[in-house]
Amino acid sequence: MNKHLLDVDRLTIGFPNVDNVLNHVVRDVSLHIEPGARIGVVGESGCGKSTLAYAMLGMIRGTGVRVHGSITYDGAQLFEMTPAELQRLRGVGIALVPQNAGQSLAPHHTVYQQIAEVLDIHHHMQSDAAWHRVVQLLGEMRLRNPEQVARRYPHQLSGGQQQRVALAMALAAKPSVLVLDEPTTGLDVTTQAQLLALLQELTNDTQMAIVLVSHDLGVIAHTCQQVVVMYAGEVVETGETERVFRQPYHPYTRGLIAAMPQLSADGLPQAMMGQMNTSVNRAQCVFRERCDFAQSDCATPPPLRFVEDARAVRCHHWQDVSARSNRATESPIVLEELRTDDVAPILELRHVSATYQQPSWRWWMRATPNLVVSQVDISLAQGQTCAVVGESGSGKSTLARVITGLHQPADGEVYLAQSLLPTIATRRSDEQRRRIQLVFQNPDLSLNPRHTVAELLYRPQAVFFGRSRAEAQSHSITMLERMRLDEQYLSRFPQQLSGGEKQRVAIARAFLAEPDVVVCDEVVSALDVSVQAALLSLLVEIQQLRKTAYLFIAHDLAVVRAIAHTVVVLFAGHVCESGSTKHVFANPHHPYTMELLRAVLTIPPRVLQTRGEHSVEKTPHTTGGCAFQSRCPIAIHQCTHIVPPWQKASEHHSYRCHHPSDVLIQLRSQLSLPTTEE
Amino acid sequence: MLMRISVFKWAQRISLSAWIGIVLLTMHLVMAACATWLAPYVPTAIDTNNMYQSPSMLHVFGTDRYGRDILSRVIYGGQFALFISMVSAVLSVMIGSIIGVIAAYVGGFFDEVTMRVIDAIISIPGILLLLVIVTGLGTGTSVIIFAMVLSYMPGVVRVIRATAQEYVTRDFILAARLRGERVKNIVWVELMPNIRDVLLVEFAMRASWIVLSVSGLSFLGFGVNPPTPDWGLMINENRSVLVLSPWGTIFPMIAVATLVVSLNLVSDEVAKMFGIDRGVRR
Repeated sequence: MNKHLLDVDRLTIGFPNVDNVLNHVVRDVSLHIEPGARIGVVGESGCGKSTLAYAMLGMIRGTGVRVHGSITYDGAQLFEMTPAELQRLRGVGIALVPQNAGQSLAPHHTVYQQIAEVLDIHHHMQSDAAWHRVVQLLGEMRLRNPEQVARRYPHQLSGGQQQRVALAMALAAKPSVLVLDEPTTGLDVTTQAQLLALLQELTNDTQMAIVLVSHDLGVIAHTCQQVVVMYAGEVVETGETERVFRQPYHPYTRGLIAAMPQLSADGLPQAMMGQMNTSVNRAQCVFRERCDFAQSDCATPPPLRFVEDARAVRCHHWQDVSARSNRATESPIVLEELRTDDVAPILELRHVSATYQQPSWRWWMRATPNLVVSQVDISLAQGQTCAVVGESGSGKSTLARVITGLHQPADGEVYLAQSLLPTIATRRSDEQRRRIQLVFQNPDLSLNPRHTVAELLYRPQAVFFGRSRAEAQSHSITMLERMRLDEQYLSRFPQQLSGGEKQRVAIARAFLAEPDVVVCDEVVSALDVSVQAALLSLLVEIQQLRKTAYLFIAHDLAVVRAIAHTVVVLFAGHVCESGSTKHVFANPHHPYTMELLRAVLTIPPRVLQTRGEHSVEKTPHTTGGCAFQSRCPIAIHQCTHIVPPWQKASEHHSYRCHHPSDVLIQLRSQLSLPTTEE
Repeated sequence: MLMRISVFKWAQRISLSAWIGIVLLTMHLVMAACATWLAPYVPTAIDTNNMYQSPSMLHVFGTDRYGRDILSRVIYGGQFALFISMVSAVLSVMIGSIIGVIAAYVGGFFDEVTMRVIDAIISIPGILLLLVIVTGLGTGTSVIIFAMVLSYMPGVVRVIRATAQEYVTRDFILAARLRGERVKNIVWVELMPNIRDVLLVEFAMRASWIVLSVSGLSFLGFGVNPPTPDWGLMINENRSVLVLSPWGTIFPMIAVATLVVSLNLVSDEVAKMFGIDRGVRR
C-alpha cells in the first residue's frame, strides 16, 4: 500500500443505546488523503459527517463510544497517541476550522491573543515576531486593516470576519491537512462566495490537503475535486466532484441534487421520500426505505464497489440510476401564473420606514434615527407569493415585524384588503390579527417546548374561533394530515420532532387561523435540502388550496426563484429592484441584484471572483444619494448625492439606478452570472 | 401500566444519596404527622424521679432536667419547624414566582423598581431582618411565617426572573402576543410551564434553609413558648448541661441536621432530574 498523508481505514464509530446495541454514527468509512487533495464530505444532518471530521483530529466525543478501524497520519496512529502528541499534531499536522466561528472563538481574548497562542505553542514565536506574523496572516485573509482586527475581540467582528479569523488561526501553524466543518453555513451568500474564493486562492498552489464537510452541494462543487457522499454513517458514493454531480450513480446523491433548488430551472425542487432514521436497519441497504429504485435484492446490504477509476458506489442498481437523467420527472406541483390583472391587493405596504431608535427623554441628545427600512412599497395579490431578498441586516425581518404589528413603523401605512391596519398588534382587532399570520425562522424558539402539538395547535383556534379542545382536535388532525403528519403527532412535544416536522407544525399553527396572508420569515433556511424541498412543495400546495398570499422572506435566491411570483430586492432597507421573479432573475438591472445572483453557488460551478473583504461593505451611505454607492462597481458622481429614480425595465419590472439600461446590461455581460434560462 | 413502568424506571435511576434523602425526609414527615401514636410518653410530662437520665430501655434517648422523655420531645419537636418551613416555603415560592415572572414579562420601569426593592431587602443580613421583625411584631406563628417569607422570597424572585427572562424573548411569546392572548394567558399558559422545574427546586432549597432559620429563632427564644417541645428550644434549654448530660442537646441537633440534609439531598436530585445547574444562590 502506498503511503498517503492521512489514511482513514475502515473507521466505525458507534454509541451503545439503552439496550446496549451499538448505534453506528460512522460505519466502515475509508478515506485516503494525498497532499494537495481537496475532498468534500456531503450529506444531510445526522449522517455522521461532523463526527468523521472531528475523528480526523483524533477527537471523539461522548461517553461509552466504541471505535473500530484506524486513522493514520504520516505513519502514526491517531487513536494511539498520548494527549501531548495529539496536541503537537493538531495545528501543525491537521487543523480545524469549526462551524460557527463566532461561537468557537474565545470571547475574552483578542484576535491577536488567540492566533498568537497557536504560534507560541507550535513555533515558540512570541512578542514582536508573533505580532507581525498575526498581522500578516490576517492580511492574507483579505481582512481590511489587519492591525485593527488583531486588537479586536470576536464580538466586535462581523460573521464573515470571524470566519476569516478562524481560518487564519487554523492556517497559523501551516498544517498539511485542513478540516473545515460547515465553514460558510450561516453566512450571507455574498460573504460565502468571498470566503470560498479566498479558500480557493489560499490553497491553489500549496500542498495542503483540504477536507470540507458541508450539507451544501454548491459549496462542495465550488471547492473540492473529490466528493464523498455519506448517508446514515456510510459512504454511499465517492468520486470526482464534477462527474458525480453531473451523473450520480447512487439514488441518494441523485435525490440530493434533485432537491437542490436551481436558478436555471423552473419549478419546485423535488424532495426525497421519508427522512433519515437514526436507527436504520443495517441488515438491508440503509437507503432502501427511501429509494425509488429499490428492488427485492436490496434486502442484502450492497458493498461499496469501484465502478470506474476513483469512483465507487454502494448500490446494487447503480446502472439503472445512472441511466436515468438527473431531473427525469417534473414536479407535480406547478406555480400558478403571476396575476397581471388589476385586482386589488390583499396586502399593501405604502412608503413604510422603520427605525430602532428608542424614544429617549433626553430630547436634546436625540440623534437622527438610522433607517432600517426606508420607503418600502410592496403589494401582494391574493394567492400569490412575494419574496423579499437581501443580506442579513437588510431589514427583511423588520419588515415582517412591521406587517405583523410587532414593530411600530416610523412612517408609512400597511393596508389589509384596502383597509388601513393599526400599526401595533394590540390595537388591531382579532379579525385583523387572524388574517395575518407569521411563521418564524426557528421552530425551536417559536414552539413552546412545554406544550404538546395538540396544545400548540389548539391555542390559535381557542383565541380566534373560540373552539373547545374537542372541537379543535378534528381541525388539528385535518391540518396535520395536510402537512403530511398524522394524528399520533398530537401527543408529542416539540423536542420529539425533527427540524422539518417542527417547522410543519409551526406552519400548521399559522394556517389553523385561516389567514389571508402568511409572512414566512426564512422558514426553510435552517433545514436540509430534501426537507426544504418537501416543505416548499407543501407551502405551494396549501397556497393553491386556500388562496393564501405569502410574503416570503429569504436569502436563498434559488429558493425564491422556485416559489415566488414577485420579488423585492432589499439593500440596507432600500428597495433596489422589484418585479416579477422571472423578469428580475432573467434580466437583472440593479448592480446589487447582479452581485447577489453572482454569489449563488450553482452546479456545475462557475468561477468565483476573489475580492477583498472591503467589497462587502455592509454599512450603507446615509448621507444621501444611493444606499449602494460604496459597493457599486459603476458608481458615478451623481450616486453620491442624488437618490436614484425608479426606472422601468419592462411592464412588471422596475429598478432604482441612475444608469441607463444599456450600461447595466453591459455590466451584466462582464460578470459571470448564472444563466436562468437553458 | 405506563405510569407504573415509568415510576419503576425512575426508582432505578436515582442515586444512593437521593435514596438516603427520601428515606430521611419520609421519616421526618411520618414522625411529625403521627407524633401522638409514635411518642412513648407525653412530651410535657414531668418526672422528677428520673432527671438527667442517660439512654436506657425505658427512655431510649434519655431524659432532661425535668425528667421529660427526650425521644418523645424530639418526635413532637419537629411539628412546629416543619409546619412553619413548609408554609413559608410554599408562600415564598408562590409570591416570589409571581413577582419574578411579571417583572420579567412586563420589564421596563416596573421591573427596575421591583428589582431595586428586592436588592434592598437582600442587602439586609438575614438573621438581623428576622430579629427586627420578630421583636417588632411579636412571636406569633403568623409573624414568624411573615418574617420567613420576607427574607426568603427575594431570592426566589431573582432566580425566577432570570429564568423567565430567558423565555420572554423567545418567539413563542411573540407568537402568543400576535394571537392577541391576554397577559394572564401568556404568563400561565406559555411561561409558567417552562419554569415549573426551577420552582420545584427552589421550593426544596428554600424549605431546608427555612428549617434552619426557624430552629435558630427558637434557639434564641423567638419561637414557641417553653413547655411546648421544639428542637431549637430544646437545644437552648439543655445547652447549660452539655457536659453533664449531652443527650438533651445532641438528639434535637441530629433531628435538625437530618431534616436539613434530607431536604438538600432531595432538592439536589430534583435539580439533577430536570437538568438545572445549581450554583450558589441566595
